[in-house]
Amino acid sequence: MAIVFEKTKGLTDVQTHYCPGCTHGIIHRIVAEAMEELGVLEKAIGVAPVGCAVLAYNYFNCDMHEAAHGRAPAVATGIKRVLPDNFVFAYQGDGDLASIGTAEIVHAAHRGERISSIFVNNAIYGMTGGQMAPTTLVGQKATTAPYGRDEALCGKPIRMSEMLATIDGAKFVERVSVNSPANVRKAKKAILECFKIQIEGKGFGIVEVLSTCPTNWGYTPVEALRWLENNMIPYYPLGNFKRPEEGK
Amino acid sequence: MDERIIIAGFGGQGVMAMGQLLAYSGMIEDKWVSWLPSYGPEMRGGTANCNVIISTDPVGSPVVVEATTAIVLNKPSLDKFEESLVPGGKLFINSSLIDRKSIRDDIDVYYIPANEIANELGNSRVANMVMLGAYLEVVQTVDIESIERAFPKVFGESKIHLLPINKKAFERGARAIKKKG
Amino acid sequence: MSKVLMKGNEAVGAAAIKAGCRFFFGYPITPQNEIPEYMSRELPKVGGVFVQAESEIAAINMVYGAAGCGARVMTSSSSPGIALKQEGISYIAGAELPCLIVNMMRGGPGLGGIQPSQTDYFQATRGGGNGDYRLLVLAPANIQEMVDLIIEGFDLADEYRNPVMILGDGMIGQMMEPVEFKERKKRDLPEKDWITTGTKGKRKPNIINSLYLNPEELEDHNIWLQEKYKKMKEKEVRVESYNVEDSDVVISAYGTTARIARTAISKLEKEGYKVGLIRPISLFPYPFEEFNKIKDDCKGVLTVEMNTGQMLDDVRIALNGRIPSYFYGRTGGMVPTPEAIANKVREILGGEK
Repeated sequence: MAIVFEKTKGLTDVQTHYCPGCTHGIIHRIVAEAMEELGVLEKAIGVAPVGCAVLAYNYFNCDMHEAAHGRAPAVATGIKRVLPDNFVFAYQGDGDLASIGTAEIVHAAHRGERISSIFVNNAIYGMTGGQMAPTTLVGQKATTAPYGRDEALCGKPIRMSEMLATIDGAKFVERVSVNSPANVRKAKKAILECFKIQIEGKGFGIVEVLSTCPTNWGYTPVEALRWLENNMIPYYPLGNFKRPEEGK
Repeated sequence: MDERIIIAGFGGQGVMAMGQLLAYSGMIEDKWVSWLPSYGPEMRGGTANCNVIISTDPVGSPVVVEATTAIVLNKPSLDKFEESLVPGGKLFINSSLIDRKSIRDDIDVYYIPANEIANELGNSRVANMVMLGAYLEVVQTVDIESIERAFPKVFGESKIHLLPINKKAFERGARAIKKKG
Repeated sequence: MSKVLMKGNEAVGAAAIKAGCRFFFGYPITPQNEIPEYMSRELPKVGGVFVQAESEIAAINMVYGAAGCGARVMTSSSSPGIALKQEGISYIAGAELPCLIVNMMRGGPGLGGIQPSQTDYFQATRGGGNGDYRLLVLAPANIQEMVDLIIEGFDLADEYRNPVMILGDGMIGQMMEPVEFKERKKRDLPEKDWITTGTKGKRKPNIINSLYLNPEELEDHNIWLQEKYKKMKEKEVRVESYNVEDSDVVISAYGTTARIARTAISKLEKEGYKVGLIRPISLFPYPFEEFNKIKDDCKGVLTVEMNTGQMLDDVRIALNGRIPSYFYGRTGGMVPTPEAIANKVREILGGEK
């Protein structure tokens, strides 16, 4: 019988702890597939964050570091500077990358570190129980914004991709979503392109992936996908913000 | 020997380098030495000083509180360190820039018009070496030959062409003492 | 090799390079700036890497990444910067990564000042960050000793898979002394089979981690760490003593303060007093047993520090009430004078010789 689908070698057989309907699993899979397809899995070193993906080091089938909250880009910098020929990626959520770790992500990009960043934005702190993130939408309820995010008190949600695209050292910046099969395919394409930027030594690359959190948003998995489409995508437009010019 | 020296002036007078030259020379002569600078934001254009110890025994505290010698290149330094000398200590005053006499009567005081001498030599920046020459004439802590050997170590090989003018400055400093003697 | 006159901070860099350190991640802070400056100048010449990080926090986390890849790596800072690094230091201790950390202490708390102090003794010896861990803490009193301890420190870090801290102060960082770089004794070090360099398809993934969600596992991990610290206590105690057995007063001081105490002792000896010195070189593990050598009728042990009494706690643990304990300290960047220390000793002895 012909094999039509096989689990990527980029993931271990460990069962993930993610909630039903959470899209972290899809993102893990396409990141792992991309590494396998590009032939870098055996020389890959990943950095897991603090947040829902804290245990990612058990799921990716490559050498891994578990970093302190927000510091994954700094840890990845240390790794890449020691092993410039290895493939180094950091996987972070929105509390990790867009709040406590803003300095680290901005300066890793600014130095043009040859690392790849996967930024999972689900507009909330998942692991700690649904607190407000810098990416939480205005009006969206969170356990530390019980009346909904108030722009007057908390400002508007931060758009990291747009900000990072302004930095010279960032060579590839794209925002994707995994709320539909079509978008998952586009997300994988972006991740492949981002990883190639590192492999070709061109500089820093980041893919922001809009993701769901049915548990903390208080929706069913299907409702969550719809909520992402109707609320997040209008505020966080999908698309490429930066890629190297042809021939550069 | 246990020479505990304070060298002080304002930033740019070369007091740090003087101290390093002395310490390096002491090391060349296999003596125990230490050099400790004042540090901080006031070093930029403000007062600067360093403590040098040259001893036949291992150096304990690198901080000079009971100085055997003080070399002061400007007035604030005289005001600050005059009291640090032990009785019988030696005070070298740059009389070009300091218009008052020492108020101590239990120490030996030497007045050297270092800036005038340096200007006569055509390089105002060697006033520190005039003071050093005067000091070494009185207290033979290290040999001039050691100073010459230490010179490129402290200032870098690229400054070796400045050694002759610096040597002249030493000699003039020494002569300023001899004249009085 | 012949002697050179070197500034303490530059000697730190030279010693590290001599020890095979090729990676430095740091952030500027007075009074240790000559360390990153030296490394930025010298590391590229030996194929090494210097990165000026965006903060002390980032720098120590870069150290974490580099150490996890098996590199000889270090960072340096001064008190407020070391406070910022505590997050990463705790993770490094938890993940059992070898590295060297230099703290050229300055006055605190807060922004404090930039003059020498020893106010981070507790922070250095009690852990500093969260969790029940220890650093191997070495406190040199002169630049030669600092160079030797740094060169050995990298080996100790590898041997114990533990961060090693060199605890100096602004004085030892800024001063110059003759120093000689001796050939390092080759030590048998455990193979680093735990590092992340890519699986190359030949082994299971290695994971650098300090997270143990299962409490049984975390307790086991802590028990293992404590066994490691116990081994350090057995094997790595370093102390210099002077006339401890039959002195009427024994001074205990470490680092630059011990040198000042030594000058005070010379003064007192000339006056006919019998005064000894215990100078802990390793602050963790602490040389508790050395204090047992002090005779029972010793009039007192005087702890001298550039703080308001931190190592004093360890001295009291060591003495266990057997001999009266006294303290003299200056703080805020003020340095004790030999005369003030001598006065305190004269006071303890009530003029008796």
